[in-house]
Amino acid sequence: MAVVFQKPHALTDVPLHYCPGCTHGIVHRLVAEAIDELGIEGRTIGIAPVGCSVMAYNYFRCDMIEAAHGRAPAVATGVKRSLPDHIVFSYQGDGDLASIGTAETVHSAARNENITVIFINNAIYGMTGGQMAPTSLPGQVTQTSPYGRDVNLCGYPVKICEMLSQVDGATYLERVAVNNVKNVRNAKKAIKKAFQYQVEGKGFSLIEVISSCPTNWGLTPQAALDWVEEKMIPYYPLGVYKDRYAQEG
Amino acid sequence: MKGNEALAEAAIMAGCRFYFGYPITPQTEIAAYMSKRMPKIGGTFLQAESEIAAINMVIGVASTGKRVMTSSSSPGISLKSEGLSYLAGCDLPALVVNCQRGGPGLGGIQPSQSDYFHATRGAGHGDFRMIVLAPSSVQEMVSLTFKGFDLADKYRMTSMILADGTVGQMMEPVSLDLGEVTDYEKPWATTGTEMKREHNIVNSLCLQPEELEDQNIARFARYAEIEKNEAMYESYRMDDADLCVVAFGIASRVAKNAVDTARANGVKVGMIRPVTLWPFPKDAIAAAADSCKAFVSVEMSMGQMIEDIELAERCRRPVLLCSRVGGMIPTERNILDTIEEARKTGGAE
Repeated sequence: MAVVFQKPHALTDVPLHYCPGCTHGIVHRLVAEAIDELGIEGRTIGIAPVGCSVMAYNYFRCDMIEAAHGRAPAVATGVKRSLPDHIVFSYQGDGDLASIGTAETVHSAARNENITVIFINNAIYGMTGGQMAPTSLPGQVTQTSPYGRDVNLCGYPVKICEMLSQVDGATYLERVAVNNVKNVRNAKKAIKKAFQYQVEGKGFSLIEVISSCPTNWGLTPQAALDWVEEKMIPYYPLGVYKDRYAQEG
Repeated sequence: MKGNEALAEAAIMAGCRFYFGYPITPQTEIAAYMSKRMPKIGGTFLQAESEIAAINMVIGVASTGKRVMTSSSSPGISLKSEGLSYLAGCDLPALVVNCQRGGPGLGGIQPSQSDYFHATRGAGHGDFRMIVLAPSSVQEMVSLTFKGFDLADKYRMTSMILADGTVGQMMEPVSLDLGEVTDYEKPWATTGTEMKREHNIVNSLCLQPEELEDQNIARFARYAEIEKNEAMYESYRMDDADLCVVAFGIASRVAKNAVDTARANGVKVGMIRPVTLWPFPKDAIAAAADSCKAFVSVEMSMGQMIEDIELAERCRRPVLLCSRVGGMIPTERNILDTIEEARKTGGAE
């Protein structure tokens, strides 16, 4: 009997702990598919963050390291410098990457470290129960912005792809979403390209994935996906922000 | 050679090919030396964006099983403390150098020993220890660095070289005859599964309290072995001593002179110089308390090691403090005065 669909080999059989409707599962799958298709599982080392995906080390079948909050790109730098022929990726949320780990993010990009960063932007701190994130939208109600994010009080959201596009060192930056089939397919293409670039030694890639957090947004899974479409994507436009190796024309 | 440069060369001789650091006085010679040497021997020198990033790069290399180091001075070591805790929680070997300067806060840039508590008690959150080696000469900057890498690998933990600005900056002749490097098996390292084994995970997260308790107990069983086997100290003129001076690092160099001068004046005084601050040479101090009537702790802090002396000798004998701080080094006169006071206090001949 022909197998038409199966779990990627690069994912273990450990049941995911994510909430119903959370899109981490989709992104895990896309990363694992890319690893499978490029045949790199045996020489890949992943770095998990602190946040909802803290236990990603149980879900990916490649060797894994669990970093301190925000430090994954620095740990990835150490691994890559030690094992330059291996494939190194970090998987980080918005609090981890865009707040406490901003320096590590910017400088690993500036050094054009030959690593792949998967950045989950769901505009909230999920693991700790829904506090305001650096990427929370203006007016967004969270546990620590109960009257809505007041930009006069706590500033504006950080747009990582736009910011890093000004960093000379960065090689490939793209923002994608996983709220519908078309976007999931685009996200897969971007993630695979980021890993492909690393295999080819092209340098630093970051794929920002606009994701949903129904639990902490207080929405049903479907309504959360609609919120991504209606609120998140207009603020965080999808697309390629930098690609040093883009085909011309 | 200059102390900091000698230390760097010893690290290379110990097989370290990865150095990550951030500029801070008075240890920058280590980074400068590494930036020159590493590219020539196929190693990596990387100036990180922060102390925090540097120690996490160390964690990355250590996870792959290779020898790696970073160095800094007191304020920078505070920033590295997060990483020191993760190194412990992940049971990773690494060498970290603290060329101490006066504090707290930005403090000064002159030598100090005021990070004793940090190194031996509170290097970060959680229950853990580091092996703490205190060189008092350029030769020991070399030998203890070589030894530090070995101990780190042997026990899967951080070795800290707790030096000070003076030992780092001073020049002395050294021998680089260090012997063979021992290789340790590291089956836990994240080097890629090559599709031949289950994945390795380097991790300090453990949400099951029973399991986390067991991990801590197992780690401390290893620490108990270290306390039993690895304490190092130098004993100087202690044979018939009535008084015992305890000093480490650069302070011990002055203390040694003070002991000689006091001896010439007929005072029966000796010195114990802890070489490892953790494990602290408790047995040697306890034994000294059997025959000595008082101790003098010579420190470039407001008195930190003095607590370990009192613990080791169970407060049987008075311990007097001879202390200079803020970048000041105790003079022979300072130490002789305290020896004299101890002679009276302890009722020694």
